[in-house]
Amino acid sequence: MTNGPARPALADARLELRIADGKPDYSSGEAVAEANRCLYCHDAPCVTACPTGIDIPTFIRKIGTGNVSGSARTILSANLLGYSCARVCPVEALCVGACVYNAWHRSPPIAIGRLQRHAVELAFVDGHAADLFAKATPNGKRVVCVGAGPASLACAGYLALEGCAVTLLEQRAVPGGLNATGVAPYKMHAEGALAEVEFIRSLGVEIRSGVEVGRDVTTEQLLADYDAVFLGCGLGTDSSLGIPGESGGGVLGAVEWIERLKLESGYALSGIRQAVVVGGGNTAIDAARELAKLGVREVTLLYRRTEADMSGYHHELESARKEGVRLMERAVPKAFVREGDALRGIELADGRDVPCDLAILAIGQAKLRKLVESVPGVKLDEKGRAIADPMTGATGNPKVWAGGDAIGGELVVTAAQDGKRAARGICAALGVAVRPDSPMHAGHR
Amino acid sequence: MADLSINFAGITSPNPFWLASAPPTNTGDQIMRAFDHGWGGAVWKTLGEPVVDTSSRFGALHVGDQRMVGFNNIELITDRPLEVNLREIREVKKRYPKHAVIVSLMVESKEDWREIIRRAVDTGADGLELNFGCPHGMCERGMGSAVGQEPEVLKLVAGWAVEFSSIPVLIKLTPNIGDILEPGVAAVEAGAHGLSLINTIKSIVGVDLDRMVPYPVVGQRSTNGGYCGPAVKPIALHMVSALAADPRVTIPISGIGGITTWRDAAEFIAMGSTSVQVCTAAMHYGFRIVEDMIDGLSSFLDSKGMKSVNELRGKAVPAFSDWGDLDLNYKVAARVDVQKCIGCDLCYVACRDASVNCIHTGAEPLHAGHLAPTREAANARRAATGVHVTWVDETECTGCNLCAHVCPVADCITMVDVTNGKPFESWNDRIAKGTSKVPGGLHD
Repeated sequence: MTNGPARPALADARLELRIADGKPDYSSGEAVAEANRCLYCHDAPCVTACPTGIDIPTFIRKIGTGNVSGSARTILSANLLGYSCARVCPVEALCVGACVYNAWHRSPPIAIGRLQRHAVELAFVDGHAADLFAKATPNGKRVVCVGAGPASLACAGYLALEGCAVTLLEQRAVPGGLNATGVAPYKMHAEGALAEVEFIRSLGVEIRSGVEVGRDVTTEQLLADYDAVFLGCGLGTDSSLGIPGESGGGVLGAVEWIERLKLESGYALSGIRQAVVVGGGNTAIDAARELAKLGVREVTLLYRRTEADMSGYHHELESARKEGVRLMERAVPKAFVREGDALRGIELADGRDVPCDLAILAIGQAKLRKLVESVPGVKLDEKGRAIADPMTGATGNPKVWAGGDAIGGELVVTAAQDGKRAARGICAALGVAVRPDSPMHAGHR
Repeated sequence: MADLSINFAGITSPNPFWLASAPPTNTGDQIMRAFDHGWGGAVWKTLGEPVVDTSSRFGALHVGDQRMVGFNNIELITDRPLEVNLREIREVKKRYPKHAVIVSLMVESKEDWREIIRRAVDTGADGLELNFGCPHGMCERGMGSAVGQEPEVLKLVAGWAVEFSSIPVLIKLTPNIGDILEPGVAAVEAGAHGLSLINTIKSIVGVDLDRMVPYPVVGQRSTNGGYCGPAVKPIALHMVSALAADPRVTIPISGIGGITTWRDAAEFIAMGSTSVQVCTAAMHYGFRIVEDMIDGLSSFLDSKGMKSVNELRGKAVPAFSDWGDLDLNYKVAARVDVQKCIGCDLCYVACRDASVNCIHTGAEPLHAGHLAPTREAANARRAATGVHVTWVDETECTGCNLCAHVCPVADCITMVDVTNGKPFESWNDRIAKGTSKVPGGLHD
């Protein structure tokens, strides 16, 4: 069976490889010891806090009893992207933040993310992850997912397990979406994202890279060729400030910069001594932490309002500070200062000057308005996001579903849940009889 | 996926996991919920003349952070009217025809046995379990362990039940005896179809030192209870094994005693159990635990290439032998993983104070000709990090295992085979050869 191109090779000389794993995998003994701390709560708050509703106490108990492959099955049933989520989820704000140990002031909450990583990683390393699930017989339904990021991967995986023929179309050479191009390296290198893509591929999903909808194939064609279309196309390019001096060397969008850091062979930060990151979200904090970890001496986060107003996680900002990142509040850039072509600093609206030789703009990404608008019946909201039923992913076009960043999702784990919900919605609409024990039923509705 | 279904003396069950006769099987509602969670069978809480229970009635042994390592109860048999229980048994069996429903019984006279067995069989239940094990309360009235402790009485009553019953009769044995083979063989001789063991162990779980009353406290007094939970597993496992290894025991065994995980269950099955019964773990965590038991056992069987749980049954029984038949030339020695050691020195002090003092730390001298393969690496790491990495003089190590058990770090201390090709020789071999004398002994 042909199943798309072979796994794309990643370059060896990538800057992200200089950043070490922030939370290395547990040994088996460490995992069992941590698992045995879990109280195995009933109706556990950690499950409620998980956007996909993984049965966390059960998967942890299974690690404790030595049933690690069963543990991986429990995790991946509710969230086929349990591998990347274990590493990129802001667990402090989700499951770990909800752990009952927090209310006890006795010992730290259970390291749920690390335990999840242990179980799923073992299944991935053993290469038996796809064997954890029984596949339904082919049902003849054909589904195409636009984009090969988390939402599409989840949607495709669940549908493939129910017997649908699913194709993912990815405009980049490397599939995986932001998991491959945008995750902070101390959480996961691109290799991890691609290992997960391979897992989804091994469930029977076809992945075509380098195919851009609108250029290589039209939406009309997709609607004609497939029984259902899932839009998991994410967002577009980085937004810009629109101030003097912005165009030119030394000023990059955060998503673009992180992608270069993660994937570009030979990319280096030579000569960069002072760097500035503009923004107050998690992408901004990630970029600042990466600059600091890569040895840039002065890293400053410029945020237009105060710390309390920042949308980035407090715990991430605290970690950034420990790594030497400085936060400047009420810092509104007015102009980039250049000497010839070279960037020398940023002038702020209140007259302060911030010297820098690299500026990263993390002030949001443009919406893929054009692509989404090209699908008849799909409406956009005032922010340019595709309008979809949050429970099913259904859009205004009865053959089209959407999820992930394209509908305003914010995390890998919410994208995974979007994908699962859309898979349920697609099966219902196409009359696919979902097996009673299908993983699609696992976790939250 | 391996086949987990079993046939226990004609009682079929989708898997070997049964709930034991106990508080979780007091009502049809509980048992049906348990079946929905995946339990393959249930032994209904003992029917008989309904009782009045005390408040409180449970006590527990907590060890460090681990709650309920041992569990103790003074609860009696069912406190509900017989008609209600019988009606619910009939209803459960009707709704769950594929699950094993076994009724535990305990009455006194022959006529009472005849009557209750007639009515229990009439519900459509799959089997009966005679409660000859309860070591508290009921035994004072001449029932429970009072029967199980007297093989002749056990044989007589079991014989009545076999005569009166048209469905399989299991005898639940008490561990509160000297030799489990006596009641076990008596049950076989009475014609019983299966054995269930162990019932609880006579116990006092602790004492309230302020009130000067043992637990569980009932006003100003307490009484001995029945002990169960993870702490009793080794005792139960031995008794099951002793019966499974005895050629006179030709009937299936339902293993009971501290079973909490699929691994515990696999061990009981490997030692000869056909089904296993669980109570304390379900009381601690709820019926949901069975999902991992099924999943874990099934994965384990798959990993060992076994198609059915029946292939596992009794697999470890042949390796259970007398001490005199163990290989005296088999030798292991402890080895400390230099990188994993965290420097707590628990192995050091345990070996020094309770074994042969062969574990060292730092530059302690090594006797000429002795082997200590990790000594240099351990001392190098200690010098570099300050961590008290320990090392073992393997020549002095007797392979007792104590250090590996006290070590808090999993897999840090492993026992390395240092038998060095010596042939098998047991104590009984030495007796037979007349080389049984030990130098320095009484007769030296």
